[in-house]
Order: sequence, then C-alpha cells, then structure tokens
Amino acid sequence: MTKDTSVPFYDSAKQSTAWLDELQQTLRYKDLILHLVKRDVTSRYKRSILGVAWTMLNPLGMMIILTVIFSQLFGAVEGYAAYILSGLVMWNFFAQSTVSGINSVVWGGDLFRKIYFPRSIFAISAIGTGIVNLLISMVPFIAVSIFIGKLPTINFILVVIPILLLSMFTLGLTLIIASLGVRFPDIVEMYNNILLTAWMYLTPIIYPMDVLPAWVASLMKFNPMFHLLKLFRDPIYYGEPLYPQLLGICTFISVVTLVLGWIIFSRMTDEIAYRS
Amino acid sequence: MKLPTDPSTDNNVVIGIENASVKYFVPRERVGTFKEYAIRKIQRRIINDAFWALSDISFEVKKGEIFGLIGANGAGKSTLLKLVARVLRPSEGRVWVRGRVAPLLAMGAGFHMELSGRENVFLNGTLLGYSQKQILERFDAIVEFAELQDFIDAPMRTYSSGMVARLGFSVATDQMPDVLIVDEALSVGDTAFQKKSIDRIREFQKNGATTLYVTHSMGEIEKTCDRAAWLDHGHLRFVGGPKEAVDLYLDRKPAAA
Repeated sequence: MTKDTSVPFYDSAKQSTAWLDELQQTLRYKDLILHLVKRDVTSRYKRSILGVAWTMLNPLGMMIILTVIFSQLFGAVEGYAAYILSGLVMWNFFAQSTVSGINSVVWGGDLFRKIYFPRSIFAISAIGTGIVNLLISMVPFIAVSIFIGKLPTINFILVVIPILLLSMFTLGLTLIIASLGVRFPDIVEMYNNILLTAWMYLTPIIYPMDVLPAWVASLMKFNPMFHLLKLFRDPIYYGEPLYPQLLGICTFISVVTLVLGWIIFSRMTDEIAYRS
Repeated sequence: MKLPTDPSTDNNVVIGIENASVKYFVPRERVGTFKEYAIRKIQRRIINDAFWALSDISFEVKKGEIFGLIGANGAGKSTLLKLVARVLRPSEGRVWVRGRVAPLLAMGAGFHMELSGRENVFLNGTLLGYSQKQILERFDAIVEFAELQDFIDAPMRTYSSGMVARLGFSVATDQMPDVLIVDEALSVGDTAFQKKSIDRIREFQKNGATTLYVTHSMGEIEKTCDRAAWLDHGHLRFVGGPKEAVDLYLDRKPAAA
C-alpha cells in the first residue's frame, strides 16, 4: 500500500480561473477518457451479433435509400453514392456525438452526485466514441468509392485535419448546449428534435450545392457545417488538397466555438453539481 | 473560535469547514423554456424557494481522528460528505481538505455490467482519479484482495452482487487515502469479506488516515469515534465527545422529527 508523497490540497475558496482549473483537471483525468470510450464502443458491440458492422451498415443503408430516391433528381453529380456517403458519415459523427455528449452531461446525474471528476470528461469521451465510429465508417466509404470507380487519391490521408477541426467544433457546441441545457432542459429537446434535423437539411449533405437558388446558396456561408463539410469532402470525395482559405475559415470557426464552449461550461460546472 | 493563524496551514488539521452553507434552489414553478424564463426574468417573476441543506457549519477534523456524523434523515449529513469529497462546492463559506479523499460512497462508481471485471477495474480506477499506470501496477493486488482471480475476465453481469461489491471496495481502498469517507455500515460481501474490509479500514486508521463516519447505529458511534458532530436540519448542534453527541441527539430526536 504505497502513498503519493505529494499531498494534494483542496480548497473550495481558492478557485483559480474556472476554465484553467477545468483544463488542468481534465488533463489529470485523461486516462478516464480512454476507458469511457472503450466502454461505449465495446458495450455497444457486445450486445449485438453483427456488432461493429452496424456502424458501417447504418450509413450504407441510408446511402442506398437516398441514392435510389434522389439519383434521378441529382443524377448529374458524379459518383452520387460517394457524395451522399461522405456527407452522411460526417453528419452522423456530428449529430451522434453532440446528442450523446449533451445527454450524458445533462442527465448523467448519478455519477455526478457521487464522485468528483471534471464534468467535461463526459463530453470529450462522447466525441472520442464518435471518432472511433467515424473511422470505422470510413471503411464502407472507401469500398463504395472503389466500387463506383472513384479511386481515393493520396490526398485522402489529409482527412485527419478536417476530422480534428470538426471534433473541436463538435465539442465546443456540445459544451455550449449542455451548459444551457442544465438550466433549461427544453433546449436539449429542441436541439435533438428540431434544430438538428433542420440543420441537416440546411447543409448540402444529400443534395449538391448547384441545385440551390442563388440567394440560398449565398446564405450558406453562415452555416459552419457547410464549411466543415466542404473541408471534409475535399480530400476524400473530390480527391483534392486542403485549400488554405477554407482551412483558415474552418480553423477559426472550430477554435472560437471550442474556446467559447469551454469558458461557458467551466463556469457552469458548480451548477451542474447542484442540479444533478 | 478562530485561531489567530489560518488553520489550513496547520498540518495536524486535515479537514476544515469554515462557515459553510449549501443552498439549493427549489423553483416554485417549473420554468422549462428559455422564452418563459426570459419573460419572467423581465417581469421579476422568477421565484425560487431557497432550501438550506447546510447553514453556517464550522468545525475541524484532526489528523487520524475517527469523526462521526449523526442526525436524522435529511439533516445534511450526505451534503456535508459531498462538500468534503468535492462533489459540491459550498454556496457560502469555505471547505478545505488536506490529502487524498477515498469516498467509499462512490464504491463501484461507473461499473458497467457488460464489461469484464478487468475492464471495470480500469474504468472505476480512472474515475477515482488514478492513472492507467498506477492501476496497472496495482492490478494483481486489487484482484487478489477481492478474491476474484478466476472471474476477472468474465463479464460483470455474471457476478453476484457480493462479488461486485468486493471488487468496488478493493479498487476504492487499494491505496491508503488521507481521508476515508464511510457512509453507513460497511456491508460488503459475506461475513469473511466484511471482516477483511473492516480490518483494512482499521489498518488505515492505525497508519494515520482520518475517517468521516456516517451511520445510524449509535452504538457504533460511541464505540469507534473519537469525536462526533450532530446535525439537525442543516444546523450544527454539537461537536464533541461521541457519547455526549449521541445523548443530545437521542433526547431531542422526537422534537426534530
């Protein structure tokens, strides 16, 4: 039975800057993130026979349905199946990570009542699980691309950068909505049921940009997911490098959202304890 | 009584509670939507009933003490433990703790029944603030103490409730903490394991761990505690000898209930 030589000292009155405190604690608990992700991934697959295959079958099934329905309408898009699939894979990551992250922070009360650990860990691990699923669903994407004769180019590996930026944006948004949701649970419902669906249709996931009337297309620049989706599709669907201007826009969006989310959330952590 | 020097610099004082209060807001009406909230805020119609789970509590616990907490249900014992375990930050006042706290109330926190015992040791251990490396080093000892060597790779849903509790206890108490929080009687596993777990706690206490002990068994308090505090509806009524605390609490109990 060994003991740490350094004696930690907790003082409720000494609250250093909230965001810094939360960050330091999160780094201290970083191994917990890994195990929470492992728990989420393995427990999901242990229950079903097809297991990990579901992560691939879900977007694949949606892709087949949408391709059959819309290929007449948007037939002009080259490799339409891969176009949809790239959009769906990315959107699923975003939607699932935010929803599960928000829910575990807002409704994850039982653990919060019992034990201290930095609350942001739940949101971060939800993103981590999302990244694992996203990487798994890249397998059917590559398969479909090859099948329809759109071979991936060397630029494909650049996809890690959009994934990173998207994860930062997703975490920031999760933290913002979770902070609001602790006080107003209806905001969570609104996000899950209305906002997310509307947002999906306002983002060019299943339709190409050029079917939009000019005035709608010009409004698209205010949709952060439009830029992030473009950055994601460039290397994997268009087979192109990352363009500096778009990369700059996406980095800006992601960093601002994450910093904002982190600051708001770390101010709310005490309140989460009181309300859970 | 305030000491001239800040008691938090005195190494013999492990837990300091200074004028701590915990106030919960119980909304009189449910305000669920942001719109509703905004309208009411402007009209100043947001009415919250303040509920003081603890009000103006001050006391200190010294190194190596077994400190009992007694009081009726809802007196604020659990809230006080949460302050020490840093689950809650006091609404007013100050709480400080020197050293690592092992909250036995969080025993087995985060256990997931679909995962194996091994996976759960890591999950639960990291949740308690250990690093991956620390758990790896201690893994065999943890499993051995829980007597689960043969089952550690089986999914936890195949465990009996006693086995789950044993593993939880074993992880939570593997490293000697500076402060132990023991909520209610420790009833972990069968009689043999109960003895083993109580022995471990006694050993911690012998080696200088401070214990916060909450139980409804007054005999336990008188027998084991060095000092005790009586909480009544969030107010600290008495701090001192365990016998006196129990006597006071039992005499007043009808009035408080």
